[in-house]
Amino acid sequence: MEKKKYPAGLDIRVLVPIISLSLSLILHILLPANKNYTQKEFTYYTGFLILMLVIYTVVMIITIFHKKFRKKMAHKSWFIGVAFLLLNLYNLATIKFMLIPSIYFPSPEIIFKVFIKDGAFLLKCLGYSGKLLVTGYLSGCILGILTGILVGWSTSWNYWINPVIKVIGPIPSTAWVPIALVAFPTSFTASVFLIGLAVWFPTTVLTSSGISGVKQAYFEVSSTLGASTIQNIFKIAVPSAMPSIFIGIFNGTCASFLTLMTAEMLGVKYGLGWYINWQKDMLSYPNVYAGLITIAVTFSLLITLLFRARDKILVWQKGVIKW
Amino acid sequence: MVKDINGKIEALHVHKYFIKPEGEKVYALNDVNVAIKPGEFISLIGPSGCGKTTFLRLVAGLDKANSGEVTLDGEKIVNAGYERGLVFQDPTLFPWLNIKENVAYGLKTRKVYKDKKNEVNEFIHLVGLDGFEKSYPHQLSGGMAQRAALARALVNHPKVLLLDEPFGALDAFTRMNMQDELLKIWKDRKTTMIMVTHDVDEAIYLSDRIVVMSARPAKIEDIIDVDMGRPRGRDMPEFLNMRTKILQILDFAGKREEPEYMI
Ligand SMILES: Nc1ncnc2c1ncn2[C@@H]1O[C@H](COP(=O)(O)OP(=O)(O)O)[C@@H](O)[C@H]1O
Ligand SMILES: [Mg+2]
Repeated sequence: MEKKKYPAGLDIRVLVPIISLSLSLILHILLPANKNYTQKEFTYYTGFLILMLVIYTVVMIITIFHKKFRKKMAHKSWFIGVAFLLLNLYNLATIKFMLIPSIYFPSPEIIFKVFIKDGAFLLKCLGYSGKLLVTGYLSGCILGILTGILVGWSTSWNYWINPVIKVIGPIPSTAWVPIALVAFPTSFTASVFLIGLAVWFPTTVLTSSGISGVKQAYFEVSSTLGASTIQNIFKIAVPSAMPSIFIGIFNGTCASFLTLMTAEMLGVKYGLGWYINWQKDMLSYPNVYAGLITIAVTFSLLITLLFRARDKILVWQKGVIKW
Repeated sequence: MVKDINGKIEALHVHKYFIKPEGEKVYALNDVNVAIKPGEFISLIGPSGCGKTTFLRLVAGLDKANSGEVTLDGEKIVNAGYERGLVFQDPTLFPWLNIKENVAYGLKTRKVYKDKKNEVNEFIHLVGLDGFEKSYPHQLSGGMAQRAALARALVNHPKVLLLDEPFGALDAFTRMNMQDELLKIWKDRKTTMIMVTHDVDEAIYLSDRIVVMSARPAKIEDIIDVDMGRPRGRDMPEFLNMRTKILQILDFAGKREEPEYMI
């Protein structure tokens, strides 16, 4: 392997997160908690800041020797720095000066405490939600693409199914909750159905419109190259409609998150939505925030994965939606 | 020998009309009769909208005649099939496949790709697209895309190759190159070629016979034998005479401006 010949160097912007973090740490250690702050104090926020400081110092050292990474981090550094600054301001507004009601807006260290103390249970809830989401999402996707192909391709399927889609489709799948909960034997299957329905509708509509919009000339060329009808469907119609199918899947993904949370808040036992709702009822807002953070991280990870897949499959297209 | 009858196209009393939205019939082809010999190079020339594309689509099996029939080696054409390759004016490459996959498409759908893999590269080489195997259609120029489309049709070894103004969008220089490439392929393979063109010079340069069609409803106005040896010089007197003759038939000659070189 050839050694990289990039000259070592430091972009000062890479120091921004480190400066922001050091400032937060100093303030947090030097400023005592507010006189009226009655709760027990913890060191989780201090620990978090030190951990981040270590991470970003290591990152900085790597950027000295790695030109591409340096460019990337330098670009992001302002954003990261400001994000830590805002967290610091929030810390000041809560534990240090008590400017906002601490019961609804707990200080960072209390929220971080939840991850440490209740982390295992949060993970369990995450696993439960994940199982529900994956089962419902995959079945909705597959059925949506299949229905979309049939409706987009065949006039008789279009005749029989299209009106049904038009009537059933626009009903938000959360509106089915009362019926689903009694119609299905378990709340798990009911939720799978609801999530599946939420994904199925946009996927079907955009698959079928994508397929019926495929240029006729592609089918004609394909036929003169020896393709059968089935091959025309799977080698021409589907790949050509892929950009549209992906938009359907993307809409479906967002709808599935929404449905998952609603289903869990309304009737399903376990899961992150249920956890948040339960903690809210118990007025433990730190746990609510921990649940929200877990959801945010997980969902944005899933969306990123989806876009990675899209970029792989649609390399022939230039990015239309950027994430 | 069986091979001798490969690629013979016959049209017998072919009528084709389209129905306008108002319900009126528009005849695109009116009693077209023509017999094209195996391995012959035929050009179709005629005013715009006269039915040339319609004729090619009937031979390709993409449309059906309202009456009469078109046959390939005596068998009625009812469907599209790989033995009748088609190249449109617009290259119509599949944008989701790279150039190599586009060219390999026919072999893959026919499930003969494994045995004929090397031919894909041969044809890419033949049309001068080496090094662009991994490129996607939108990264190619118009001329390159058209050459890829040609390779994609040729790799199937069709008995008949139908070309609908394939070089219409190319600049004069690329066009002449492509004409020579096409002649080379034709000499090599003895594929029956039916080519629609607007360019009288192109028709004379390439064809064994030129079918001149009249304006709608299209009839065959005349079929002209081009009995000149190859390669043909575009400035040979025979060539120029032939051009004048065809333009006269097309009724264009009268409308032409005074040529600059008149003495
Ligand atoms: N699908 C169609 N529907 C209605 N009219 C058509 C259709 N295809 C062709 N036509 C008409 O048939 C005539 C011949 O068309 P075409 O074969 O494309 O002409 P060209 O000689 O220019 O290739 C034209 O008048 C055209 O408007
Ligand atoms: Mg035409």
